[in-house]
Amino acid sequence: MSEDKKKILVLFAHPSQERSEVNKPLFTACQQHGDVTAIDLYREYPTFHIDIDKEQQRLIEHDVIIFLFPLYWYSTPAILKQWQDLVLEYGFAYGANGHALQGKTFLCAVTAGGSEAAYQKEGYNHFSIRELLHPLEQTASLTGMIYLAPFVLFSARSAVEEDRVNAHIESLRHLLTALANDTLDVETASSLPVLNTNLSNLFNA
Amino acid sequence: MTAYFIQAFIYLCAAVIAVPLAKRFGLGSVLGYLMAGVVIGPIIGLVGSETNTLQHFAEFGVVMMLFLVGLELEPRMLWDMRNKLIGLGGLQIGGTTAIITAAGIYFGLSWSIALTVGLIFALSSTAIVLQTFNEKALSKTEGGKNAFSVLLFQDIAVIPMLALIPLLALPELVEQAQAAVGQAAQQHEELSLVAGLPGWAYGIVVMLAIAAVVVGGHYLSRPLFRYVASSGLREIFTATALMLVIGIAALMSLVGLSPALGTFLAGVVLANSEFRHELESNIEPFKGLLLGLFFITVGAGIDFGVLASNVGPVLGITAGVMLVKALVLFVLALIFRIKNSDRWLFALSLAQAGEFGFVLLSYTVQNHVIPTDLAQILSLVVALSMFLTPGLFIFFDKVIVPRFEHFENDREADEITENGTVIIAGIGRFGQMVNRFLRANKIDTVVLDHQISQVENLKKINVKSFYGDATQPDLLHTAGIEDATMLVIAIDNNERAVELTKYVKHTYPKVKVFARAFDRGHHFELKHAGADFIISETYHSALELGKEALISLGVHPFKAEQKKATLRELELCYKDSLFESWKKKTEDSKYSAHFRELFIELETAIAKAMKSDHFDEQARVERGWTPPPKDYEKRMNRDE
Repeated sequence: MSEDKKKILVLFAHPSQERSEVNKPLFTACQQHGDVTAIDLYREYPTFHIDIDKEQQRLIEHDVIIFLFPLYWYSTPAILKQWQDLVLEYGFAYGANGHALQGKTFLCAVTAGGSEAAYQKEGYNHFSIRELLHPLEQTASLTGMIYLAPFVLFSARSAVEEDRVNAHIESLRHLLTALANDTLDVETASSLPVLNTNLSNLFNA
Repeated sequence: MTAYFIQAFIYLCAAVIAVPLAKRFGLGSVLGYLMAGVVIGPIIGLVGSETNTLQHFAEFGVVMMLFLVGLELEPRMLWDMRNKLIGLGGLQIGGTTAIITAAGIYFGLSWSIALTVGLIFALSSTAIVLQTFNEKALSKTEGGKNAFSVLLFQDIAVIPMLALIPLLALPELVEQAQAAVGQAAQQHEELSLVAGLPGWAYGIVVMLAIAAVVVGGHYLSRPLFRYVASSGLREIFTATALMLVIGIAALMSLVGLSPALGTFLAGVVLANSEFRHELESNIEPFKGLLLGLFFITVGAGIDFGVLASNVGPVLGITAGVMLVKALVLFVLALIFRIKNSDRWLFALSLAQAGEFGFVLLSYTVQNHVIPTDLAQILSLVVALSMFLTPGLFIFFDKVIVPRFEHFENDREADEITENGTVIIAGIGRFGQMVNRFLRANKIDTVVLDHQISQVENLKKINVKSFYGDATQPDLLHTAGIEDATMLVIAIDNNERAVELTKYVKHTYPKVKVFARAFDRGHHFELKHAGADFIISETYHSALELGKEALISLGVHPFKAEQKKATLRELELCYKDSLFESWKKKTEDSKYSAHFRELFIELETAIAKAMKSDHFDEQARVERGWTPPPKDYEKRMNRDE
């Protein structure tokens, strides 16, 4: 029943797509998924003049919000920050009468250059991905959204050579379907450090 | 006079009926012309004795075609072809002549007759092959390019053949050998500059003539065309183009060289010229009609009486000749590593005898090399093989290509996708910027302008552009609009820009039209005409200046940028509704539309809209990065 399905919005941010090896195919997979509205932010707003009304309307129309991006300096590419600064207005996303995002689900789908070992207290990045994305987690919290653990591909620079891309795309497809059909174990999914380890265990029958 | 009208009408009528029919059934225009000729000639008998004279006249179409081919071929490309030209062409003529001569001797011909027949059949039909390549877009394929080098070599080889054939008639008179070279000049023309000259002087004259074409083409043509173009009279340009081609043909005939070869050379010399496309679009229609006429005369010239009494030999020889030719070509294709479907195209396309065969045959009869009754049969073989060639092309299309399609698709899969060409009409300040930007990004552009001074200026700064009126369909065609992805219209004449948009969107819906508008009214007209993207020429620069003015008056640059964006956004919001009301207004008062009044009205509407609450400009600018209210934390806590 398509009416029962959750609507998913993917906001994709990648400023140099001709060099993208992982994010671009991930985005293509999102575009091909029937329950997903996939937006390429850099394509839509090449001059960074984000249409606030249009973006807020999009948020209202969807149940699941996904940021799809490569990790740039432990954060999102600039346009996604611009998007947050402009779209998540007082009175819309938070504050008095700002309840538009209440109850929606929020997820970051991230690729990181460093290995999983690097994103640990002992590693050279010193923090886990989940820790580094705390600003977004708190944004979700303030706006009343359910925050899921990030869906991460580590060592993304060598993923093509090591033939790990297709499996990652496949997991994303399953994840999107589970989100759309509301068959994801949300409670566990929000407590994990990253979403991908044993992802299939999170799907309810 | 009346007789001429009637004849011309019959020929044209036959072509008008037969050619579209042939095209509709996928047979190609050449077969259509040939059949038209057969119908009006041997079958109905409407035309007859004059076909021979007409054919000589129509052969001029071949001359024009080689001129056009030359225009497409820059000198460097010709030089790059030299190995193929001599290797492929030489081996093709040598091999075919040897085998056919041997066969002729085997069937009891004397060696001199057999050799002559071999030479005649070694030649292929430039007219049919190049015309068909054009029509089926095969000219740029590997097979097409190789076939062309062979045809070109054959055209060159006709000259020594004409010198050699008289020797075969009189083998005992060796001392006449030198004079024979001079006689070659008398092929059809009575006039000659070189008759009776000794061999060395003839050589010098020939060199001088070629030098005249190359040097004249390079240095004199440009000032001439510039002079003519500045007059702005299109028909005089056409006259100049014709004068050039006919003049060269005349010069070549006078010194006993092939006119086709001379004009080809002139074409190559002019290939780099900015007048190339204009020349092409002027000569093209003449070439097309003359070639058509030529094919009709081939059809009409088939003598059914001779054919009926010699069916066996004619069919046998035709089949044999075509088989031998195709075989030789196929082996050459193997040696020269021409692959896949191109190998077949190369072998099949050149398997016929050609129009030079007719010329050589009548020449051999004049020189008593071949008896008349044999010549009649041979001439039927030439005609028949030309008649069968379109069939071979159909065979290639329907049988050979599908067999290789899958394989070739696989091979080309990893190639970079072609961006296609962008044609830029108008190369004033606007078009120049567009051109520079596109070229900097490795996009192929073809630049056209009808002001010769503009083209000249650009030449000085190494921007390649062509002279010609981009609003003429012919010129757009030669500039390659069929295969272009986009046309950028930046011409100064507003009405013509709109007409051009209409024409291109109607005739080539796949070509995107990006146009520059003079003002809002022009903008709407272009939009109405179907342009895909329109920009007003002063809009962005004016806004940019306005922004800089704000900054200089103390507004923070980032804020000024936001204000600019807001204004643009507002315009976009209103664009569609303004367009609709414009359309309604112009339709209501088609003949009395006062654009100025209309646009004052529209501007007032925009101004009013900008002041209304919903589009409060100030509010929109302030909206981004709005901080929460001063006391928001208190409210948040209350909220929870």
